[in-house]
Amino acid sequence: MKKLLSLLALMPMVVFAEDLNGANTSWILTSTALVLLMTLPGLALFYGGLVRSKNILSILMQCFSIAGIVSILWLVAGYSIAFAPGNEYFGSLSKFMLAGVMEGSLSGDIPESLFVLFQMTFAIITPALIIGGFAERMKFSAVLLFSSIWLIVVYAPITHWVWGGGWLGEMGLLDFAGGTVVHITAGVAALVAAIVIGPRNGFPKKPMPPHNMTMTITGAAMLWIGWFGFNGGSALAANGDAAMAMLVTHISAAAGAITWMFYEWVKFGKPTALGAVTGLVAGLGTITPASGFVGPAGALVIGIVAGIVCFNAVILIKQKWKIDDSLDVFPVHGVGGITGTLIAAVFASDQLGIFSGQGLAEGMTIMSQLEVQAIGVIATFAYTAVATYIILKVVDMITGLRVSAEEEQQGLDIVSHEERGYDL
Amino acid sequence: MKFVTAILRPHKLDDIREALSEVGISGITVTEVKGFGRQKGHTEVYRGAEYQVDFLPKIKLELAIPASKLDVVIDTISNVANSGKVGDGKIFVTNLDKVIRIRTGETDLDAL
Repeated sequence: MKKLLSLLALMPMVVFAEDLNGANTSWILTSTALVLLMTLPGLALFYGGLVRSKNILSILMQCFSIAGIVSILWLVAGYSIAFAPGNEYFGSLSKFMLAGVMEGSLSGDIPESLFVLFQMTFAIITPALIIGGFAERMKFSAVLLFSSIWLIVVYAPITHWVWGGGWLGEMGLLDFAGGTVVHITAGVAALVAAIVIGPRNGFPKKPMPPHNMTMTITGAAMLWIGWFGFNGGSALAANGDAAMAMLVTHISAAAGAITWMFYEWVKFGKPTALGAVTGLVAGLGTITPASGFVGPAGALVIGIVAGIVCFNAVILIKQKWKIDDSLDVFPVHGVGGITGTLIAAVFASDQLGIFSGQGLAEGMTIMSQLEVQAIGVIATFAYTAVATYIILKVVDMITGLRVSAEEEQQGLDIVSHEERGYDL
Repeated sequence: MKFVTAILRPHKLDDIREALSEVGISGITVTEVKGFGRQKGHTEVYRGAEYQVDFLPKIKLELAIPASKLDVVIDTISNVANSGKVGDGKIFVTNLDKVIRIRTGETDLDAL
């Protein structure tokens, strides 16, 4: 385990004199496509169906343009800040414009160009997840500016902390595929953005039901499939670790969906489609940090916990606290990411009988690992919250954050893009 | 001549169309509408958030008929649409001044 972890941490930074492994390369090539599918069109459709019909294009447009902008930023500096050798907190600009990434460069035993691309798809989905927090009311210019600064200031450094040879990785934080890097950062940023920008006009009195549940479920199904690449690909190899990551991912997803469905059935009287797919995403987000470390029975528990915890988080944040994190990004991804990062310490242990995982690093106990995981969660949460707040204030000064009340009433499709999603 | 407008439960539409054909009604206009009456709306729950939906889907049926057929039309619609529960709908009858068939220029009873 220790060996695997240090290998994971070093891989991107060091060009081994190793040969390229064709099997690993082909699996990561495939995974890269799967992870991109999660954003385009998976997340775009999942979110798109959840908003009102006058804002559907704004969601699709934000997902697509974030994919474009993040790709360019990743090329220019994002990858370098995250993965070029640097200090504990920050990579360096030595791979500015992907300098030195040539046809023959290797990252571990796969091409570095492929590692750049695989990681780019993670960098794309993270800011895309955040848009759910401020959906239906943020200016398009502000979305672009915010996402760009956020990628460089929040995402890239935290990726370095965890996967790029930074301090959290060194400490032995277990985050296989992005519980902290992707889900906590996105969830916390969405929560802060929802608070700073304020609720949608009429929230919470005015009904704002999803306009197209079929679209949402289609998108959720793509997320489920794409997540095989997200977690399975994070093994960076075509091996047993990748296969086990896929298996536990699938089990947690299934358990999350079914748990949420039954929980809602008991509590509100009807099993809803939206509940099932939300539980699915909660199960997927929660298993993410743990996926390379736990076993199948542990994954079942993780999925069940995800369904129950995230369900209550949605009710607490939206109904009780009345924070309009419009598409529930924090309660599902943030809370799921936190839960999964913490629970990974437990189910990674090989002392739990049938619930055992692949074993903790040498010298680690569940308690000491839990301590590391908690530091990872707190650091990621705190840095993301503070930095996101400052970025939003800066963006507010430059472009303003919010469209006018009248424009919000008209809908962002017409106001921001002069188009309509539907002409029926 | 009479103009009959009926607001009805959507799932009764096919039965009503059939029953009206049987009593010799040769044309109707149907529109999907939303509204509320004594039935009020229903609740929808999304991720635990309950919404009161005030306007329920109904269908609006419109027919222009000779005054002689009014009673049979009202009886037919009432019989088929009556489920005994709140929300079955209403029938409105108004006088109709003039009817013109566009293709031939026929008017009134000839045009019905």
